Amino acid sequence: MERHMHSRPLFHITKKDEPSFLVRSLTVLVAVILALLVSALFIHFVTKLDPISVYTSMIKGAFGTKRRTWITIRDACLLLLISLSLAPAFRMRFWNCGAEGQVLIGGLSTAALMIYFGDKVPGAVLLMVMLIVSALCGGLWAFLPAVFKAKYDTNETLFTLMMNYVAIQLVEFFVDFWDKKQSHSVGIINMNTSGGWFPKVFGQQYGLNILIVVVVTVFIYIYMHYSKHGYEGAVVGESVATARYAGINVEKVIRNNVLISGAIAGIAGFVEVSGISHTISKVTAGGRGFTAIIVCWLAKFDPFRMSVISLFIVFLSKGASQISSDFGLNEYASNIITAIMLFFILSSGFFNNYKISFSHGRKEGD
Amino acid sequence: MKQIAVSMRGISKRFGKKVLANNKVDLDIYEGEILSLLGENGSGKTTLMNMLAGVYYPDEGQIFIKNTEVSITSPKDAYDLGIGMIHQHFKLIDVFTALENILIGLPSDEREKTCREEVEEICNKYGFELDLDKKIYDMSVSEKETLEIVKTLYRGADILILDEPTAVLTPQEIRKLFTILRNMKEDGKSIVIITHKLNEVMEISDRISVLRKGENVGTVLKSETNEQQLTEMMVGEKITLDIARDFVEDKAKRLEVKHLRVKNADDKMVVDDISFDLYSGEILGIAGISGSGQKELLEAIMGLQKCEEGSSVIYNSTAHGVHELVGLSTKEIIAHGLHLAFVPEDRLGMGLVGNMGMTDNVMLKRYRKGSGPFLHRKQPEATAQKIKDELEVLTPDLEYPVRKLSGGNVQKILVGREINNKPTVLMTAYAVRGLDINTSYAIYNLLNEQKKKGVAVIYVGEDLDVLLALCDRIMVLCSGKLNGILDGRSASKEEVGYLMTHLKQEEE
Repeated sequence: MERHMHSRPLFHITKKDEPSFLVRSLTVLVAVILALLVSALFIHFVTKLDPISVYTSMIKGAFGTKRRTWITIRDACLLLLISLSLAPAFRMRFWNCGAEGQVLIGGLSTAALMIYFGDKVPGAVLLMVMLIVSALCGGLWAFLPAVFKAKYDTNETLFTLMMNYVAIQLVEFFVDFWDKKQSHSVGIINMNTSGGWFPKVFGQQYGLNILIVVVVTVFIYIYMHYSKHGYEGAVVGESVATARYAGINVEKVIRNNVLISGAIAGIAGFVEVSGISHTISKVTAGGRGFTAIIVCWLAKFDPFRMSVISLFIVFLSKGASQISSDFGLNEYASNIITAIMLFFILSSGFFNNYKISFSHGRKEGD
Repeated sequence: MKQIAVSMRGISKRFGKKVLANNKVDLDIYEGEILSLLGENGSGKTTLMNMLAGVYYPDEGQIFIKNTEVSITSPKDAYDLGIGMIHQHFKLIDVFTALENILIGLPSDEREKTCREEVEEICNKYGFELDLDKKIYDMSVSEKETLEIVKTLYRGADILILDEPTAVLTPQEIRKLFTILRNMKEDGKSIVIITHKLNEVMEISDRISVLRKGENVGTVLKSETNEQQLTEMMVGEKITLDIARDFVEDKAKRLEVKHLRVKNADDKMVVDDISFDLYSGEILGIAGISGSGQKELLEAIMGLQKCEEGSSVIYNSTAHGVHELVGLSTKEIIAHGLHLAFVPEDRLGMGLVGNMGMTDNVMLKRYRKGSGPFLHRKQPEATAQKIKDELEVLTPDLEYPVRKLSGGNVQKILVGREINNKPTVLMTAYAVRGLDINTSYAIYNLLNEQKKKGVAVIYVGEDLDVLLALCDRIMVLCSGKLNGILDGRSASKEEVGYLMTHLKQEEE
């Protein structure tokens, strides 16, 4: 026989059992430490900075002042809300990549109501109307691809993705339509009257944002685990054949769950426009619709894990922009640090399911 | 004295902490012999052979080929050493011809013409019948199997491993295969057959190695053993191999199927004008090579297939009166409270939800019960507990995902749920496929109990011995048509096998 037949492979990969919660948490912790170490090497050798001060600056960027902390929480809430919107769809394996567009449409309808009724309708009534209309509009944006998926089995990924561009174009059209100063922006809507803006709740500017997100988080959790509709969605996601066997109307379940998904994304648009920016532009969603996909997946569709992950991702981005301004680094350097963090944490999941066995024992030969 | 071709020493393979698939297995394979590797499902037969074929790499142990230690890290290594494995699921490309499939993966200088001649030579030598220009999608299972063997031989294999080669063949095809295997043995090839069918083991093999729970519990010569001894080695205890068949006097018509026709997505008639009656207190077996319309027939009765015009299925139960099922959806059948139970072939893909626990699976058909938008889990939980206790389902708890349980436990949950609803008609498809002997007998007993309670039972099966021992009547399907109904007590295996493959000429 040829020579190479005698050499054993250096290592091979085998599957292992799912470890306990403690071990899994430790794995993530080790991943974070490793990520910090590798980033430190990058910071030290490439940017010639002191890693400790860079890390301190990251923390300062996210939680340095009361205001910054609130902004971090506010942004994490928004990301969480959009991630939650994906859960009912994703659990059915309906890959809704259109949250970006659904948020935009929700935001656009909110902006329209603020512009036309901001000063004419009492605040509380207007907020209710905006909530409902934004949910309907976001829902409609998701409903269209769902109908086609249910009826003709079209590819929902492409369809929802394309709907994003339609939404962007619509927003651009209305921005120009409402723009009176030729500035290609609508500016802050109702700057003087604050018509249709979120009021302070519990004395906090972002109190209502948090309240809405908490309510939706609990709603999604209960919906997915304890409701008949949520159960149907879980069965359809697992196997369409099983669903039909159980007498479930698969088309209807797809339509309803995706409608809920889009409606929540629409509400996220309402929160963004009425509760945060008070304006509308094509970057209102700011890519969060796509980041939310990562959050939803990482959390395995669990609402409470989503909240932790959303906070972490927002923390990383706040920290990254802080270090780029503190140390005059360009955006890429701070993105690389963020990427190293994510890489380590994401890949640590591999070690929960597989182990690497190195060849050991006797050397070859007779 | 025969030469040792392969010897495996102290081979171990683990999957995670809990699963020890092979534990320090020693195995010798001689030249010019047929060795049967016998064992229940999950006993580690396929895993062991996969390590020889380069699919897995052993955690411990050594492999010697002709007394030289080797390390097999890929299927290519295995081929270089003259080892070829024919897997249970064929590795063929549907849109290619037989010859193209043989050529895949070989260096491009292997010219088609020389290849064709060499392949034809191999076919003539051992007695294969193979059309080299036929596309795979036009082939029967038996032809595909033949092609896999020829492909392996063409690549120079001296040691052939066949994983459950007879599982999907008719008795006639099995006989043909065995003749070929004997020719190959005469030629000095080593042949390993992985199987759990005792009668075939006794017919074809020279020696038999029995695996149980990952360990080699012994190797015996065919001439010095019998089926009873082999069963005891496999199971580890004495068991009786008889299936009970009582006669129930009181019979009432439960289903009257008339001119049932179903087309598949390609507009092909897959259930072609089938008419039969089903009675309470009987087990009606359905035989046929796989894909003869069994699946569609049961699904049509359950409202899962669209039936063609003129089809009729009359359901007649003392409790619920008479209903025409054609035209009713599954949801309507459940909503009307018609007690049709169905154990489908694809347990986790159709009958159960793999990621859910027992409770959520038990409520699959009745989750709508109770008012309001929320689920009512109390009742299903109690039922799940009852099924767990009565059928001895091994699960850590009622919320543990059923897909992580063994096949036997999965099937117990499915059958348990279906009979828990006190069915009038119970339809089962391949109810014991992949189950160990003890669980299989537990299922036969459950079906017999139901029959004695006056349930009308349909049993779609593939093992003719079991069909002939269990069923009161056997209905044979061939290409979607009803090809005859035989009496289970008097029919012979050959009769059933013949009807499975030879469609009766229709009377004009």
